[in-house]
Amino acid sequence: MSSQSTQPMVKAENVHKSFGHLKVLKGIDLEVAHREVFCLVGPSGSGKSTFLRCINHLEQINGGRLSVDGRLVGYREKGDKLYELKEKEVAAQRRDIGMVFQRFNLFPHMTALTNVMEAPVQVKGESKSVARERALKLLDRVGLADKAKNYPTQLSGGQQQRVAIARALAMEPKLMLFDEPTSALDPELVGEVLDVMRGLAEDGMTMIVVTHEMGFAREVGDALVFMDDGVVVEAGHPRDVLGNPQHERTKSFLSKVL
Amino acid sequence: MTDPLDKVPADVPPDGGRDASPRKYSGPIKAVPVRHYGRWISAVVVLGLLALLVRAFADAQIQWSVVGDQITNGTFAWGAWETLKITVYSMVIGVVLGAILAVMRLSPNPVLSSVAWGYIWFFRGTPVLVQILLWFNLSLVFQYLDLGFIYRDEMNQVMTPFVAALLALGLNEAAYMAEICRAGIQSVDSGQTEAAHALGMKGGKTMRRIVLPQAMRVIIPPTGNEFINMLKTSSLAFAIGYGELFLRGREFGSRTLAIMEGYIVISLWYLALTTVFSIGQYYLERYYARGSSRSLPPTPLQRLRKQLSSFRVQSNVGGVKV
Repeated sequence: MSSQSTQPMVKAENVHKSFGHLKVLKGIDLEVAHREVFCLVGPSGSGKSTFLRCINHLEQINGGRLSVDGRLVGYREKGDKLYELKEKEVAAQRRDIGMVFQRFNLFPHMTALTNVMEAPVQVKGESKSVARERALKLLDRVGLADKAKNYPTQLSGGQQQRVAIARALAMEPKLMLFDEPTSALDPELVGEVLDVMRGLAEDGMTMIVVTHEMGFAREVGDALVFMDDGVVVEAGHPRDVLGNPQHERTKSFLSKVL
Repeated sequence: MTDPLDKVPADVPPDGGRDASPRKYSGPIKAVPVRHYGRWISAVVVLGLLALLVRAFADAQIQWSVVGDQITNGTFAWGAWETLKITVYSMVIGVVLGAILAVMRLSPNPVLSSVAWGYIWFFRGTPVLVQILLWFNLSLVFQYLDLGFIYRDEMNQVMTPFVAALLALGLNEAAYMAEICRAGIQSVDSGQTEAAHALGMKGGKTMRRIVLPQAMRVIIPPTGNEFINMLKTSSLAFAIGYGELFLRGREFGSRTLAIMEGYIVISLWYLALTTVFSIGQYYLERYYARGSSRSLPPTPLQRLRKQLSSFRVQSNVGGVKV
């Protein structure tokens, strides 16, 4: 790999983001290490999803520096000036970052198999036979080998989200972003998605997870950040932050969700 | 635990009454179905009015034998062929150019989006008939068509009735198709574009592979409508002497004085053409519906059977006939 293992996978320094006059991120500083499962929790509107979307440049940051594996996201720094990256360069950066959405966002006109094959074939130019073989393996890994020929509407929410995870993994990313992956699921379907994520964590994938599943964060997470109103309120090991919160805001939030 | 749901009312046996036999209300429901008297009455009224209309046409001064003879006449068959040809070619121009204009219109590039806006403003804002005549008389503006070394000729040589009609109808249609495509593209959830971008796909590929195939479901029904409209709008090309179906009908009328007969013949031809295309549209829609619902929509035959069955008085409740 290009990077030294001492360098953090994601590094945010004083990251600001606003939509018009609305300031959503007001100076985020954090570091995510390689092979770490990093959980972002906080009330809705706290900016955690926005921060996640900044990491793969679905949102453009307005201030500070944000880098993935040592490279700035969306910009190139030359001297003391920042240059916006071209569409092609942004797309190339995103290839290495997988993303899983709250609402799955599977391509409804494609089967589970072709959903997973689409990006390797279209973006990496892989041959269809190679892509199909890997896609079948990935579907098997998320426990859906028998659903390869089904369209997304024929799958349950949990199955759709597992296909979405397989689709992101097909690009062989070095970092996976999860944006509330279980929030749109019926309670009895949450477990099957968390199981797949737990397996990924055990295999050493670097993961940033925005979640309300405190049980998952406590059990699988290596680090946890509590965000509120666009700032990091408290950070540390999930056991400590969830078990023994120091700040009032953290305490009141946890008392509502735990 | 004192969950109220766990409590069993006193008058129900300990097993909850579930396995008590004989069971009450066993077997399927037998109910008297709702009678649709209104449907029967309205069907009779419609059939009666239809019979009156048929009689009026039968008694009128129309030589039906002429209609029968002319329907297969080569003049009309060729006219129908010309109509079909100009319609298909114009629609191809309209659909391709319309899709390009729609993407331009939605582009963040201000030059592209204002060019598309201006195009739509002009071609939607002037009558097609005027546009046909403008193209046909283009030699009054550009006497020569000059493409440098490649091609040079007098505009009058180039702008035949076919070319003028093709350009006018095709370019006009593109303006309407652009709006239809724009509506289709905007109907696709923005999460689809985000998911494609997150996988590293660029804008053009996202549009072609992800957005447009899903937009098709919204685009196709109005496009079929446009196609059928075009079959008939192409009749305006008679004004510049293009030998399509309407021109043939008019000429036949003034030549033989069988005016009504000529128009009936071309009406039957137009109906035949639109019917064939309606059927084609139906199956195209079925194709693009894949993945959007759990089961495909019924074929016309299945639908007809279902509609007729609503006249039957049997009840569908519980699946038994009463």
